Amino acid sequence: MSWIEDVLSPQTRQWEEFYRNRFQHDRVYRSTHGVNCTGGCSWQIHVKEGIVVWETQQVDYPLLESSLPPYEPRGCQRGISFSWYLYSPLRIKYPLIRGALLDAYRAEKEKTGDALQAWENLQKDPEKRRQYQQARGKGGFRRASWDEALEIMAAANIYTAKKHGPDRVIGFSPIPAMSMLSYAAGSRFLQLFGGVNLSFYDWYCDLPNASPEIWGEQTDVCESADWYNSKFIAVMGANLNMTRTPDAHFFAEARHNGTKAVVFAPDFNQVAKYSDQWIPLHAGSDGAFWMAVTHVILKEFHYEKKTPYFLDYVKRYTDSPYLVEMVKEGDRYKPGRLVRANRIAKYKDVPNGDWKFLNIDAQSGKPVMPKGSVGHRWDKEQGNWNMKFEDGAGHQPYQPELSFLQQHDEVFQVEFTDFALNRKRLRGVPVRYLTTADGQKIPVATVYDLVMGQYGVARGLPGDYPNDYTDKDAAYTPAWQEIFTGMDAQTVIQFAREWAHTAEATEGKCMIIIGAGINHWYHNNLIYRAGIMALMLCGCVGRNGGGLNHYVGQEKLAPMDSWGTIAFAKDWVDAARLQQAPLWHYINTCQYRYDGYFHKYNITPENEWTRRHHADLIYKSVRMGWMPFYPQFNKNTLELCREAVENGATDDEAIKKYVLEKLKSKEIEYAAGNPDAPENFPRVWYIWRGNAIMGSMKGHEYLLKHYLGTHSNLIARDMEDQKTEEVKWHDIAPTGKMDLVVDLNFRMDSSALYSDIVLPAASWYEKADLNSTDLHSFIHPLSAAIAPVWESKTDWDIFKEIARVTGELAKKYFAGPQTDVIAAPLSHDSADEIAQPEVKDWYKGECEALPGKTMHKLIVVKRDYTRIYEQFITLGEKVRSKGLGAHGNHYQCEDAYDEMLASAHFPKEKLNGKALPSLKEDVWAANAVLHLSTLTNGVLNVRAYENAEKKTGLVLADLAEGSKDVRMTYAELQAQPRRYNTSPLWSGLMNNGRAYAPFTYNVERLVPWRTLTGRQHFYLDHEMYLAFGENLPTYKPSPKWEAYGDLRETLKNGEAKVLNCLTPHGKWHIHSTYMENLRMLTLSRGCEPCWISEADAQDLGIQDNDWVEVYNDHGVYCTRAVVSSRIPKGVCIVYHVPERTVGIPKSQVRGNRRAGGHNSFTRIHLKPNLLAGGYGQFSYHFNYWGPTAPNRDTHVVVKKMTRVEF
Amino acid sequence: MDVRAQISMVFHLDKCIGCHTCSIACKNIWTDRKGAEYMWWNNVETKPGTGYPTKWEDQEIYKGGWEKKPGGNARLKGAGKLRGLLNIFHNPHLPVIDDYYEPFTYKYLDLIESPAGDDQPTARPVSLITGKPMDIKMGPNWDDDLSGTPDYARQDPNLKDLSPAEQEAMFQLERMAFFYLPRICNHCLNPACVASCPSGAIYKRGEDGVVLINQKVCRAWRMCVTACPYKKSYFNWGTGKSEKCILCYPRLEAGYAPACMHSCVGRIRYLGVMLYDADSISEVVNNIEKDVDLVNQQLGMLLDPFSESVIKAAKENGISDSTLKAAQDSPVYKFVKEWGLALPLHPEFRTLPMLFYVPPLLPVMASLSAADHGEQAKKMDPAAKFWNDGWLYNTSTEELWGTIDQARFPLKYLASMFSAGDEEKIKAILKKLMAVRIYRRWKTVGDVNEEKAAAVLKDAGLTADTAEGIYYLTSLAKFDDRFVIPPAHREQAIEMLEFAGDTKGSVGFGFKEKPERGW
Repeated sequence: MSWIEDVLSPQTRQWEEFYRNRFQHDRVYRSTHGVNCTGGCSWQIHVKEGIVVWETQQVDYPLLESSLPPYEPRGCQRGISFSWYLYSPLRIKYPLIRGALLDAYRAEKEKTGDALQAWENLQKDPEKRRQYQQARGKGGFRRASWDEALEIMAAANIYTAKKHGPDRVIGFSPIPAMSMLSYAAGSRFLQLFGGVNLSFYDWYCDLPNASPEIWGEQTDVCESADWYNSKFIAVMGANLNMTRTPDAHFFAEARHNGTKAVVFAPDFNQVAKYSDQWIPLHAGSDGAFWMAVTHVILKEFHYEKKTPYFLDYVKRYTDSPYLVEMVKEGDRYKPGRLVRANRIAKYKDVPNGDWKFLNIDAQSGKPVMPKGSVGHRWDKEQGNWNMKFEDGAGHQPYQPELSFLQQHDEVFQVEFTDFALNRKRLRGVPVRYLTTADGQKIPVATVYDLVMGQYGVARGLPGDYPNDYTDKDAAYTPAWQEIFTGMDAQTVIQFAREWAHTAEATEGKCMIIIGAGINHWYHNNLIYRAGIMALMLCGCVGRNGGGLNHYVGQEKLAPMDSWGTIAFAKDWVDAARLQQAPLWHYINTCQYRYDGYFHKYNITPENEWTRRHHADLIYKSVRMGWMPFYPQFNKNTLELCREAVENGATDDEAIKKYVLEKLKSKEIEYAAGNPDAPENFPRVWYIWRGNAIMGSMKGHEYLLKHYLGTHSNLIARDMEDQKTEEVKWHDIAPTGKMDLVVDLNFRMDSSALYSDIVLPAASWYEKADLNSTDLHSFIHPLSAAIAPVWESKTDWDIFKEIARVTGELAKKYFAGPQTDVIAAPLSHDSADEIAQPEVKDWYKGECEALPGKTMHKLIVVKRDYTRIYEQFITLGEKVRSKGLGAHGNHYQCEDAYDEMLASAHFPKEKLNGKALPSLKEDVWAANAVLHLSTLTNGVLNVRAYENAEKKTGLVLADLAEGSKDVRMTYAELQAQPRRYNTSPLWSGLMNNGRAYAPFTYNVERLVPWRTLTGRQHFYLDHEMYLAFGENLPTYKPSPKWEAYGDLRETLKNGEAKVLNCLTPHGKWHIHSTYMENLRMLTLSRGCEPCWISEADAQDLGIQDNDWVEVYNDHGVYCTRAVVSSRIPKGVCIVYHVPERTVGIPKSQVRGNRRAGGHNSFTRIHLKPNLLAGGYGQFSYHFNYWGPTAPNRDTHVVVKKMTRVEF
Repeated sequence: MDVRAQISMVFHLDKCIGCHTCSIACKNIWTDRKGAEYMWWNNVETKPGTGYPTKWEDQEIYKGGWEKKPGGNARLKGAGKLRGLLNIFHNPHLPVIDDYYEPFTYKYLDLIESPAGDDQPTARPVSLITGKPMDIKMGPNWDDDLSGTPDYARQDPNLKDLSPAEQEAMFQLERMAFFYLPRICNHCLNPACVASCPSGAIYKRGEDGVVLINQKVCRAWRMCVTACPYKKSYFNWGTGKSEKCILCYPRLEAGYAPACMHSCVGRIRYLGVMLYDADSISEVVNNIEKDVDLVNQQLGMLLDPFSESVIKAAKENGISDSTLKAAQDSPVYKFVKEWGLALPLHPEFRTLPMLFYVPPLLPVMASLSAADHGEQAKKMDPAAKFWNDGWLYNTSTEELWGTIDQARFPLKYLASMFSAGDEEKIKAILKKLMAVRIYRRWKTVGDVNEEKAAAVLKDAGLTADTAEGIYYLTSLAKFDDRFVIPPAHREQAIEMLEFAGDTKGSVGFGFKEKPERGW
C-alpha cells in the first residue's frame, strides 16, 4: 500500500466545480492603463456577467531579436489592481457640483433667466465669488445633470473669452502617450477655443534639461530590452523594480548574461538588492562621484592610453574638436563663446555664418568649417546637414584636431571654478591664434583641451593641477569627491576603470539608467551632464547597450507626427498656446513672492545675470521670445485684434504691426510683468487624466491659497527684502484667482475634491484609445470592455460635449469670426533656433523689436466659437495642405488625406456641404492617427526619409524598405500589439527586431544631433551658461536648508532636527493613481508613511507606526512613521503621491486643520539659465525646454503626534 | 516504485522584485470576497523579516509541521488527529486574526457625500470585520522592504543561529541587504494539513499532486491551519470553511499557468511536472534522523523522467504519455535535479514541499572607515549642504565581481531557510550562479579570459553546455519554456461519472450556490 491515501470515489471530487465556476468568464478584452505610467502594458480584461471581474497580462508581444528575452508578461501590482476602481465607492458616477457654487449659480440664473448673465453676476460680486471659493475642498457636493454642468462650463468659457480673452482658459492633463486620444480631446478643444495647455514633463521635473543641452533632444532612451545588451549598468535615481516593474527582468537577466550592475542610492533601495555593488552616496551627491570617475577616464584612457575607440568617437560625434575663443579678464583667461565660422576670411560670407563653427584640420593645420551645424540645417541650400568630415563650404575632406597639446602657440593660464570648494584655479591650456577676417588674432582652444583643464588632467602642462588622485583640494580627483559623497576614492577608481575597460572591449556597451532620484534635484542638469560625460568620453552614446537612459515621465508618444496635429488642432488653427508650466505656476501661485533671490541658494559667479530675481528673468525671457507666458497681455487678445481692425488693419501683417507698436509703446503690458493684477489672472481651469492640484503641484498649499482661495496650511511670508524689480510687486498678494475649476475623473481624488465641478469620466476599461511608451516599441490599444458605467463618458465625448454646448452659447453671445493674436516663443526644430546669436533686450532699447528674431513671434489666427464643435469632430484640411511632422521632420500627405475621403473604412462628416474625415468617435480618431503617422503608415515613412535625405545629403530611405506595406488600424492592434516602424521621427534604429537604442541613427548614419554644432555638446556657450558658470560640466552641491528657505518661520523659535525629505516614486502607486486603491493600501501600511532611519527615530522619540507630522513653512503632512535600517541618517522618505483624501488626520502644528500631502511641504525653485532661448538647442518647445520644478532639496521637521483626530 | 506525477514549481529568488503582482492576481480571482479578505494564498515577504502571519517560521509558537524524535516516526508537532481531537474546541496554537491582520477598508463615500463643512473631509479606515473605525497596526506585507526593522527584521526567526554581532552587522551599511520570498502553498508530498484534518476533507490530487480542501466536507476544525508550518491554510470566517491555494487548477486544466505565475512580471517562476517515488515518502520522513540530510533525501525521491524503468513504472500507474512528455520538458526538473540550483523552503518541517527556490546572489560587502571631514568642510561654499557623518564607504573589489565569500549576509542565514543549516549547499548553488555569469562575461565581453571561465565552471561542477542551459532558462526563457503544463485529460476524469459526450452539451448548467456551512 502506498503511503498516500488515494481518493477512489470520483464523486467526492465533484465539489471541485466550485472553483471552476469562479474562473469561468464570458469575454476577454484588450486594454491598458491610461495615465502617467511608463509601463505601456497590454492587459486582458475579463468580463463575467457584464461585470469586469479581473485582469491578467497579455503575453502576445511580437518577439525581438532571438538574443533578447521576450517582453512578457508586462504589468505590475498597480495595474492588476485597477479593476477595483470600476465599482469602488470612490467612483464618480454622476456629475457633481459643489453646493455653494450650484446654489449661487441657480439663484442668479433664476433672477436673470440667462446662463451667461448668471455667471457674470457671480463673478462681479466679490462676496459671492469668495463664498464658493472658500467652500472648495470642504464637502458639500451635489449630484447634478450633465446639462446643467455643461451650461455652467459653457457660460464660464464664453464669459472669460469675452471679458478677459480665451488665454485665461487653461487646461492641464499629464503625459499623453498612455492614452493619447483622451489627452487630445481636451487639448483639441482648448486650442480651438484659444485656451492654454500647461506642460507636464518639465513641471514634474522629469524633463532632464541636460538632454536638450547636450543632444538637442527632449529625451530619447532605449527600450528596456536594450538593457539586456549592456555589459555594465549603473543605476542611479531609478528604482527599477519599484518604478520600472515590468521591465526590471531585463536587468536581472542581463546580470545572468555577464553584465555588471552597480546601484547608486543613499538608501538600500529595492534595486540595490540585486546589484553587484551598492554605492550609498549622500543624497544628491552623484554628480561629484561622476566628475571624479571622468577625471580617471580622461587621465588613464584618454591621455595615457589614448584608447583609439574613445578618441575616434569624440572626434566625430562630439563638439570636442570645436574652437572656443579665450577671453581675457584681468590677468587671466576664461573660455568664452564658440568661434563662429564667419569670423575668418575664408567663411566670411557663408550663409548663416553666425551659426557655423570651426575646427582645425589636423593635416593642414588650418581652420575648417564642419558640416552639420544648425546653420547648415536651416540653410536654403540643403544637403550639408550631416556629420561627414567634410568642409561645409567646399566639401573637401578633413580630419579634426582634437587637442593642441602637441602643437600650440601658447599655453594660457585659464581660470576654472570649483563651486563646491569655492575656489578658482589657474590651469594651463594650450591655445592657438586664429586670424579673423578683420585681421585680429584671437586665441582659441579646443573644447577637448578645456575639458582636460576643467577636470584637472595636467598632461604635463603648468598650472594648478592636482598632483594625483589623492589631492583632496583639487577638483575633480577621486579624493576630492570623498567629502561630498562619503565614498572612498578607491571605489571611484575601480568603477572608472571597469567602466572604461568594458566600454573599450564592447565598443560602448556601458549604460546609465537614471531617473527622478537624480532629476528632481535642483542641480539635476549638472548631475546628468557629469554622468553623460563619462558615457560620451567612452563612446557609449548611440550604441545598443549603451547611453543614458532616463525613465521618468518621458513616455514616448510614438506617432507624435500625426497625433500632434490632431491634439493641438493644427488641422484648423495655425498656432497653439502651449505653456511652460513650472514658470507659470511659480508666477501665478505667487510662489515667486516667497522665493527671494536665487543666488542665495544657487552658487553662481557674481554678475548682472545672477544678481536678479528669478521672476524678473522670467519676464525678460517672455519678452525675448525664449519662454511662453499666457495670459499674454493685460488686454483681451480678441479685443486687441478688433481694435487693430478698427484702426485700419486690413490683414494679418497689419494686425501684428499694430500689436507690436502697442507693445513697444508699452500701452499694453505683458501679463508676466504684472501677474497679480486681476486682469491677468488665469480664470477657468480644466483638469483631466491627472491630479493637478495634489499630485504634481509643488507648492500645493500656495495653490490652495492663491488659485483656489480656500484654506491653506502655509505659514511662509513674502520676501519683502528681496522683491522683484521689473515684475510689479503688489503689497497684498491676491487669493482665489480661479473662477472655475473643472475636473474630469473616474475617482474622487484630491483634485476632484477641491474642484467646483467633477465630471464622471470613463475609466480605462471603458473606452477606445492608443498607448505607447519608451520602454518598449509596440503600439497597442485601450478598448471598452464595458460601456462607461453609470453616467460617465469618455474624455473624447466630454470635451466634444463641452465644445458643442460652448458653441451653442456662442451662437447667442459670441457670433461671428474672431481674430486672435498669439505671442509664441522662438521654437526648437525651426529656423527660430538661429534667431539670437547674442542676448539683446529690445524692451530696454538694446536692439530693434523684430518679432521672431529679437523677440517672440506674433501669429494671427482666426477662430469661430460657433463652429468649435464642427471643427472638433472633423479633420481639417490644413493637414492636407501643410503636411505633418515633428522633431524637424516633415512630409506631405495629400494622398493619405484623400484616401480617408475616398475609402469606406473612414467615416466622414459633411461641413457646409463638404465632406471631411470624421473624428467624432474615439475609434475614428485613433484610426486617423494611425493612418497618418510615419510610425504606422509605411508609405508616409518612406516619404519622410526621402525628405531627410534631401536635408542631410545622406542615404537614409533604405531604413524604411521593410515598412512600405505597413498600414496599422485600431482593430489590428486590438488583435495584437504591433511593433512600429523605424522612422526619422525618432533617433533609434530598430529594423529586423533590433532593440531600439537612441542616437544609433546619428552614429551609424551620420545624421547630426539637433544642436548648434550638430554634435553632442560638452560645451555650452550661451551667454547665460557662461554667466552661471555652467559652460563646462561642473559640480554644484545641493543647497543647504538654511539657504533654500523651507524653514524660516518654522524654526524661528529654536533649533530642531532637520531632515532632507525625499519624495521618490513609490511601490504602491503610479503617482497618486492606485494610492487609495484598497489593494495597494492593504499591501502597504494603509497609508503613505514617512520612512525614517533607526537613528533619527531614536533621537526624535519615534517608534515604528507612530503618527508623525512632517512639516515646514509651506505646509504639513500627517502620516505614520516607518522606522527602517535601510534609510540613512538625515533623510526621510515620503513616496509620492499620497492622496489627502484617505486617512489624513488633522494637524496639531497647524491648529487642528486637515493636513495635506507630500506637496504640502514643497515650494517651487527654478534654475534661471534654463530660460535661455532662441539659440540652437536652447530654444523653446513644449515639454522640451525651460526650468523644471525640482523638489528633492526640500527639508522638513518630523514630529511625533500626541493627539490624532480625524 | 510507486511513480506519481506532481506539478511543482521553482521560484528564482535572484530575479524576484517583490512587486506582489502575483499576490493580487490571486486575490482578484480567488479571495476577493467576504471572509477571505485577509487571505493571501500567494504572498511575498521581505527577508529578513517576520512575514505573514507574523513569525510563521517559528514553530515554537505555531507548532506546525512534523517533528521527529530520535528513533521514532515523524508526528505532527501541533495538531495530530488524536491530539487534535482532544483539543478540538481549543487549539492553542492557532494564529489569531492579529497575527495575520485585521482586514480594513476606508469610508470612501464620505468624500462624495460629506455635507458642506469648515474643513476637508477624509476617508477614515474602518474594519472589514466590525465596520468600526480602526487603527491599522498590521497588514499582510507589513514589514515590506525592511519597514519597521527594530520590530520585524531584527526579530526574524532565521536569525536565531547567528551571534548578536552577526545579527547587528546585517543592519549596517557594510552588510545590509534584503531579498524577497514569494510564497504559495507548497503542495507538499507529506502534507501536514492532510494528515491533520479530522474530517478527511483535505486530499492530494492523483493526477497532479495539487492539495485541496474539499469545501463540501470541511467542518472548520482548523487543524490544518495549525498543522501547515507555512501557514498556507486559512479559515474563511464567512463560509466557515478553510481554504487554501488551489494552484489554480481550473486554469491548469485549461492549459493556463496559475494566475500568480502567469502574472509574474519578474519572470522568476517556473512550473512543470516532477515524477517521484511515493513509496519512499515514509522512509524519508520517518527514518532520516538529521534534518540536514532531508534535502538530499527529498531530491533522491525525484525521478529521472528519461529513465526507462521510471517510464515503465509510471505507465503502470496510469500516468499518461502527455504527462511524461511534460515531465521530460519540465524546467523544474532541470533546476532542481539536473542543475541542483533550487532548494525547498525549511525542509526541516518534513512536509516535503514541492516548491523550490533558487537562492539569491547578494551585493558584495563593503568596508567602512572613519573619516574626519571637518577641515575639508570648512572650505565648502557657505550655501552648500554638507553631510557630516564621518565615514568613508569602500565597495571596491579586486576583480569585476566579488567572491561568494564576500557577499552580504552570513551564509548561515540563507542556510537556515533553505537547507536546514547546511551552508555548503547554499554556497555550491551561489557558486554555480556566479560561474554562469563569469562564463557569459567571457562569451560576451571577453575581459574575463577563457581559462578563468573554464576554471570557475569546473570549480562549480558545471560544463559549458549546462552553463548555457542555465543561462537560457534564467534569462531568455519564453512563456512556454517557463510553464510546461501537462494536458489535464479531463475526459478521463469525467468518464468516471458520465459519458463525456453528454458533458459536452450539458456542462455549465446547474445551480450556482453560495457555499455555506454544511454544504
